[in-house]
Amino acid sequence: MASNSAEKWNKGLLGWIDQRFPLSSLWNDHLAKYYAPKNFNFWYYFGSLALMVLVMQIITGIFLTMNYKPDAKLAFASVEYIMRDVNWGWLIRYMHSTGASFFFIVVYLHMFRGLIYGSFKKPRELIWIFGMVIYVALMAEAFMGYLLPWGQMSYWGAQVIISLFGAIPGIGETLALWIRGDFVVADATLNRFFAFHVIAVPIVLLGLVVAHIMALHEVGSNNPDGVDIKKVKGPDGIPLDGIPFHPYYTVKDIVGIVVFLMFFSIIVFFLPELGGYFLEANNFIPADPLKTPLHIAPLWYFTPFYAILRAVPDKFMGVLAMGGAIMVLFFLPWLDRSPVKSIRYRGGIYKTALALFVVSFFALCWLGMQPVTPLLTTLARIFSVIYFGFFLLMPIYTKLDKTKPVPERVTS
Amino acid sequence: MRKILLALLLCAAPVLAQASEGAHLDKVKIDLRDKASLQRGAKFFVNYCMGCHSAAYLRYNGVGEYLGLTEQQMMQNLVFAGDKIGDYMTIATPPRDAKVWFGAAPPDLSVIARARGNDWLYSYMRGFYLDDKRPFGVNNTVFKDVGMPHVLWELQGWQKPVFKTVKGEDGKPEEVLEKLEIVTPGSMSPDDYDAAVTDLVNFLAYMGEPAKLERQSLGIKVLLFLAVFFVIAYLLKKEYWRDVH
Repeated sequence: MASNSAEKWNKGLLGWIDQRFPLSSLWNDHLAKYYAPKNFNFWYYFGSLALMVLVMQIITGIFLTMNYKPDAKLAFASVEYIMRDVNWGWLIRYMHSTGASFFFIVVYLHMFRGLIYGSFKKPRELIWIFGMVIYVALMAEAFMGYLLPWGQMSYWGAQVIISLFGAIPGIGETLALWIRGDFVVADATLNRFFAFHVIAVPIVLLGLVVAHIMALHEVGSNNPDGVDIKKVKGPDGIPLDGIPFHPYYTVKDIVGIVVFLMFFSIIVFFLPELGGYFLEANNFIPADPLKTPLHIAPLWYFTPFYAILRAVPDKFMGVLAMGGAIMVLFFLPWLDRSPVKSIRYRGGIYKTALALFVVSFFALCWLGMQPVTPLLTTLARIFSVIYFGFFLLMPIYTKLDKTKPVPERVTS
Repeated sequence: MRKILLALLLCAAPVLAQASEGAHLDKVKIDLRDKASLQRGAKFFVNYCMGCHSAAYLRYNGVGEYLGLTEQQMMQNLVFAGDKIGDYMTIATPPRDAKVWFGAAPPDLSVIARARGNDWLYSYMRGFYLDDKRPFGVNNTVFKDVGMPHVLWELQGWQKPVFKTVKGEDGKPEEVLEKLEIVTPGSMSPDDYDAAVTDLVNFLAYMGEPAKLERQSLGIKVLLFLAVFFVIAYLLKKEYWRDVH
């Protein structure tokens, strides 16, 4: 969608800028003349929400770094200093800690939108892949950020996860040592995780978000009907079912953001720990390398994968299964052989498979938080098989599935 | 398939309940707005706890401000000799010595209420009982083989455990703690002691998160603002979308 609209603005300050920087054409290409389908529903709020949470995490993060000390002797106390002696420090810290969990809630819902409306399918494979890389970077960001408060859960969570690298045959132990910079998680680990958390990964994330949005605006947005709105254009060349993103979706997304902020505020102001799901009680005990907590579990957004790891009897195979559970998502555009995108026109097989997948994801999420018992391990195995089955059997069942005819235009 | 999974989950329920069951905790009802209770709690804390435990993330003047005490009242009643009003509530005992005396250095108590929970602290301070096998002659119902002596014995007196025999999981009889009985009364009646411990837990809870009340009152204002903003944002959206068909 090359734009020559800049010529229209050849007077005044804007004209002066447009001759030197493509301000008007950027504005038009991505907002005022980016035509989005008019039938976006509830599920289409989470993209803009994810962007807002990212900005919020960066801003609160900047203010946290002004008082946080990435030093094993000072880190825990500096967080409590922020909570007590820094003006509004408690608010900034709770916004950041709650923001981390909400980031994953929003991203999981955003990804689920892709699953139900087939947004990952041709020609949007690269949007999906950029999105998956964002998700992996986000996991790295969250994992390293969680070490920084230097509480018992921070410390032992990092200890357990880094030790997983030790399971790789041959180079494992050396690799784990190289990551930690010490024989156990220690000051060196904290310092480098801080560097990654506040500089390296955020830069990567921002670049990936730009790539994700550029790829999206190149091919155009999918919609709940999964039809291509560019197929039916008016005499002016504008899709009949498209409306300019700005102002229509900007004003709509503001409503979404306000509702989101209401839920967010309820947590930040009234339930910042959320019963231990967002801030764990054990993390209010300073890290102690000599005292292993009885029960170590990562925060809720990692527990589905942690449950898969523990479900496999062999440690290295468990690590592979855990990595595979994330990697398999990258191949989704090629695993799905259905001729239709949206769940509205798919048959019962895909709907059942997706429902089973959702159940197994929630079940694994819960199982990953529980202490290990033989029964729970059996359950984790069953749900892990369902989880992988959803992806690995997809080429077969999406072909067998009986789809309905897709309409020419979007339905309202 | 989903029914089978549900059935499996239901079968798992008793196992799960057992897994999460710890020592029995008594419920405590605290009120962070009760300044008198917090002041009494602060006095107990400074007199009994700060012999060994610090509260190094709090400053005396911050505590005084919250409890409604003047600087003079703070200096006379709560601030350790030699400390200044703006100092952190630290102690002079070197952690290394404390470790030799008690087996473990007494932890800083600034955020203990958030780590352990109020009910746990309440049960802990009421749960010391005589046990000859321990170095200080006491054990605890919620913290088995605790290293800390019963510091509040003057107030509570000494308790002796009463065991009862129940059928264990394997069918064999098993001895479990039924209740604690006062054998040597302290200077307080049991009810007064419970009230004193409640005050102390109240103060510990305040220390854990001094901003809690401020947080909640700000939260109500933020939500009210968002509610008004929602109406405006919604009407704006509706106005723009009138011409989309």
